[in-house]
Amino acid sequence: MAEFRHKDIIALRDLTGEEIGLLLSTAESMREINSRDIKKVPTLRGKTIINLFYEASTRTRTSFEIAGKRLSADTVNISTSTSSSTKGETLADTALNLLAMKPDIIVMRHAVSGSHYFLSKYLPNCSIINAGDGAHEHPSQGLLDMLTMKDKFGRLDGLKVAIVGDITHSRVARSNIQGLTKMGSAIYLAGPPTMMPPGVERLGNVTVCNSMKEAIQDADVVMMLRIQQERQGKTLMPNAREYSRYFGLNPDNLKLAKPGAMVMHPGPINRGVEMSSYVVDGDQSHILKQVENGVAVRMSMLYHVCGGELE
Amino acid sequence: MADNQTTLLDAAGINRSLIRIAHEILERNKGIADVVMIGIRSGGAFLADGIAQQIDCIEGGAVQVGAVDITLYRDDVSGHLPHHPVGRTDIPFSLEGKRVVLVDDVLFTGRTIRAAMDALMDFGRPQCIQLAVLIDRGHRELPIRADFVGRNVPTSLKENVKVVFNDRHQPTEVVLEK
Repeated sequence: MAEFRHKDIIALRDLTGEEIGLLLSTAESMREINSRDIKKVPTLRGKTIINLFYEASTRTRTSFEIAGKRLSADTVNISTSTSSSTKGETLADTALNLLAMKPDIIVMRHAVSGSHYFLSKYLPNCSIINAGDGAHEHPSQGLLDMLTMKDKFGRLDGLKVAIVGDITHSRVARSNIQGLTKMGSAIYLAGPPTMMPPGVERLGNVTVCNSMKEAIQDADVVMMLRIQQERQGKTLMPNAREYSRYFGLNPDNLKLAKPGAMVMHPGPINRGVEMSSYVVDGDQSHILKQVENGVAVRMSMLYHVCGGELE
Repeated sequence: MADNQTTLLDAAGINRSLIRIAHEILERNKGIADVVMIGIRSGGAFLADGIAQQIDCIEGGAVQVGAVDITLYRDDVSGHLPHHPVGRTDIPFSLEGKRVVLVDDVLFTGRTIRAAMDALMDFGRPQCIQLAVLIDRGHRELPIRADFVGRNVPTSLKENVKVVFNDRHQPTEVVLEK
């Protein structure tokens, strides 16, 4: 039987397919709690979780907070605008100060890729969960995407998943590539050449396509990524209209995918840029399902890191 | 079968016990009004289905059956040991005012039953909870006793009692492992 022995979840790259399968199956069981009248179990009673967010987030932060509360943990939120980092405190100093408060889990989002590995070295007795680091990984999003696909198809093995958009800046794409490859899916990427990182094929079972049509042809899942205007310079694309014409998902090009293919988006959506409103609100859209699965997946992550081995 | 195993009950013996338990449940509750069965995953859930079938045969009416997974209510989750996989709790009805018969395969320390009762309370306030077990092997660590028992088996703490199920979730034997 699969066991989860990690104290941290920083990247899906660090997990085996078996461990990912365990996280997903626990999440399926956790979902039942979210449909009860009393949406709470006593499992993590007495644990303290700090949500440390150095970047803006609504969905992920709220979702982690609800997940912690439904497991009866005490959750505290710290966001940059109210923290001492605006006064110049370094991440290491913040970490040591937080440690003095004896948290059991720190959920962090940070703009610097790999900052969680750094934090983990400073905090050997505390679990670290990555809620997004720079352009590296966003494991909880990857897991909830996989759970949503598994709900529909009953499996992940053998699925064709198209990921379209700004791959370079997307930690969502990287977590999905790492996770889906381990679960036996095939990933097809499309996006403007300025947003396609060289060598991305080496991350997993990835095919880089020359056009969006090629990527979504016969796909089981079409995952659209947000154009991250806050991270890009102005030079990556001429304008939103041109982008939308070549890499936007609309009812016409969606017909190229398999009938009933799933449409996904990690949110927040730029309506009319990467997706037309017809598709966002259409029958094939699973975007709100993704958000719903987010709470269950994060409950599963919190539960399993608490049973991980301390170094 | 290995030398260190003894069969305590075979399939027919288990079946006789379940039939008797079904009769006792009906006798105690004067029928099946407001009675629901909740099995503890995984063995207890299979046995709850079996007892419910017997009740249906005897009384000619189906009782509602649910299953509870107690993993999230365990009292030993705070240690840094790999956490148990979480099974699915499936109680698609309210327990408010119901006479709940909780079913488990082997009653041992009583900690599982404590956890299961805590879980049930999250689904409403039952009128009462009764406990049915196939085997009571003693060594209680909490003040809990069973209302309906298939067989009392005195054991030592070094031994292990296991109810074996086949692929169709039917109990085939009860084994004592030394």
